[in-house]
Amino acid sequence: MGEDTDTRKINHSFLRDHSYVTEADIISTVEFNHTGELLATGDKGGRVVIFQREPESKNAPHSQGEYDVYSTFQSHEPEFDYLKSLEIEEKINKIKWLPQQNAAHSLLSTNDKTIKLWKITERDKRPEGYNLKDEEGKLKDLSTVTSLQVPVLKPMDLMVEVSPRRIFANGHTYHINSISVNSDCETYMSADDLRINLWHLAITDRSFNIVDIKPANMEDLTEVITASEFHPHHCNLFVYSSSKGSLRLCDMRAAALCDKHSKLFEEPEDPSNRSFFSEIISSVSDVKFSHSGRYMLTRDYLTVKVWDLNMEARPIETYQVHDYLRSKLCSLYENDCIFDKFECAWNGSDSVIMTGAYNNFFRMFDRNTKRDVTLEASRESSKPRAVLKPRRVCVGGKRRRDDISVDSLDFTKKILHTAWHPAENIIAIAATNNLYIFQDKVPGLVRFPERSGVGFVFCVPVSSSDSPAIC
Amino acid sequence: MFARGLKRKCVGHEEDVEGALAGLKTVSSYSLQRQSLLDMSLVKLQLCHMLVEPNLCRSVLIANTVRQIQEEMTQDGTWRAVAPQAAERAPLDHLVSTEILCRAAWGQEGAHPAPGLGDGHTQGPVSDLCPVTSAQAPRHLQSSAWEMDGPRENRGSFHKSLDQIFETLETKNPSCMEELFSDVDSPYYDLDTVLTGMMGGARPGPCEGLEGLAPATPGPSSSCKSDLGELDHVVEILVET
Repeated sequence: MGEDTDTRKINHSFLRDHSYVTEADIISTVEFNHTGELLATGDKGGRVVIFQREPESKNAPHSQGEYDVYSTFQSHEPEFDYLKSLEIEEKINKIKWLPQQNAAHSLLSTNDKTIKLWKITERDKRPEGYNLKDEEGKLKDLSTVTSLQVPVLKPMDLMVEVSPRRIFANGHTYHINSISVNSDCETYMSADDLRINLWHLAITDRSFNIVDIKPANMEDLTEVITASEFHPHHCNLFVYSSSKGSLRLCDMRAAALCDKHSKLFEEPEDPSNRSFFSEIISSVSDVKFSHSGRYMLTRDYLTVKVWDLNMEARPIETYQVHDYLRSKLCSLYENDCIFDKFECAWNGSDSVIMTGAYNNFFRMFDRNTKRDVTLEASRESSKPRAVLKPRRVCVGGKRRRDDISVDSLDFTKKILHTAWHPAENIIAIAATNNLYIFQDKVPGLVRFPERSGVGFVFCVPVSSSDSPAIC
Repeated sequence: MFARGLKRKCVGHEEDVEGALAGLKTVSSYSLQRQSLLDMSLVKLQLCHMLVEPNLCRSVLIANTVRQIQEEMTQDGTWRAVAPQAAERAPLDHLVSTEILCRAAWGQEGAHPAPGLGDGHTQGPVSDLCPVTSAQAPRHLQSSAWEMDGPRENRGSFHKSLDQIFETLETKNPSCMEELFSDVDSPYYDLDTVLTGMMGGARPGPCEGLEGLAPATPGPSSSCKSDLGELDHVVEILVET
């Protein structure tokens, strides 16, 4: 403990509850696969770590499977662009799983410039009993071979092999911020600040540019692309968001270059709330289609919004994530926090939405009951099997015990990346270099606290792995 | 403001004055805040010169904020008024700080920028930000902040800003604070990228480029001007005269 105190004193610029945080370990993306069996994380050091859910044990039918490390590999390496004399970071910006088509799993991982297709295969058997080779692989002396045998497959320790199958390079001048696999399972798109390209998964030397918002004169540039995604069911539709807070739904059937949107979703500015920071806080940092395909979820600096594809004029729902920061925008601009890009997520049934905030808090909003909850991802508040306690930020006025005041929020502890299991109430939260996985005690039910302060049902599963990443 | 107990002789007049004074205070504090926001934004844009390519989204948002402030200040008519004030306030500080940076930068041996490395985006984004040309300022601001392609364009803007540096240093008479600040900074930042690129794979963080160079052994006490003669030679090579 004394050691911890010393480290804290010396390294107050790092996280408080741990000793040094290596920058390479900072998690930069989290993604469940389509069944939820696998969870992939990417970090700033270019590594991908895949977790697998253990099958539920028959001995304890109520305890659900927990996630253990399945595979770790180096996806991207740092590169140097000699022409521009600039480094290309190896940080993994996004990971997207491909739908599983055979025994192998595949995923796309991307850094700022290059997308890679990785194939993950398992090997749990090996052949034994060769005729010409002995067990060590050395050629046998043929005179000793008296009979022929058929080699048999014998079980071996599970080996997970990862290999890069495709490398999609040189498609982007600017930094890639999103990738999205099409529902046709053959194509995918990658978006950078000014352009979106369409690729075929099997073809690496060619891509089609489908959106280009680069002005003829760069001096006229005032808006960039911030995120994009394919529609989950209609393979011709995709959406992209901008730094001015607008969403554009495009139909690839309309033209080869989808510069003209089919629909433009934009909320008129509230004149009473206007400030020099209005545009910055309206910039959309993430956009996600609902599982149903009917709605879109967007995250800007202070809110999450639900949009109906049939209504372009305004979102149908707006939820305040941390409105108490509105009066602090100038300080947040100064320390650059105002540019933080938070992600958002739907639950499997599209009834609850989730997003991260500061101080390792994350928020959930129930669309039906309109109730919301703030939870914290930290070692102290997450003992195994503990029930997460709702947190509250007080803005002055009545202050309850355990409330945090706005001024004591830690802005270095930000939860930018969150993911929700596609079917069950299991969530993955990346808090800097730690991954938290929370699951619901009672399957299929998410309960939000009543006024009496009943604890939230999410609890922390016991971790059986040695990996330091899972808490 | 007004001491208590003072009789109000002419209620209307004094109220007006009171109101006006109060208005002035809020106006001046607002314009002070606005100015400091403008300064902060300009600094942020300049600090985009990291080893890794700057975040385009962030640069665009900051540039848009700067443009908003400029537009408002132009409407107010305060755009010209503020600049000389600011120049009075701290021109010397800026001169000193940038001169030191310049010296440290030039102190490195063999620091000739190779052709094609003089990226446009390393230009001080404020290079043309003079109150007199406020209408044009946002354009130049943006172009220099994220211009990344075409070595020809880069060379052009590189050359142009050097002209301004020569001009400014010849006259040694800062007409406006921002112009001087930015112009002297420009060559430093160009070198910054070059030098950090040459530092064999060392990867400084966002502001480390600045810190990394500052403590470097200062070169000979030759003024910036003589070092700029060298730069002139290099520019000649770049523009192939």
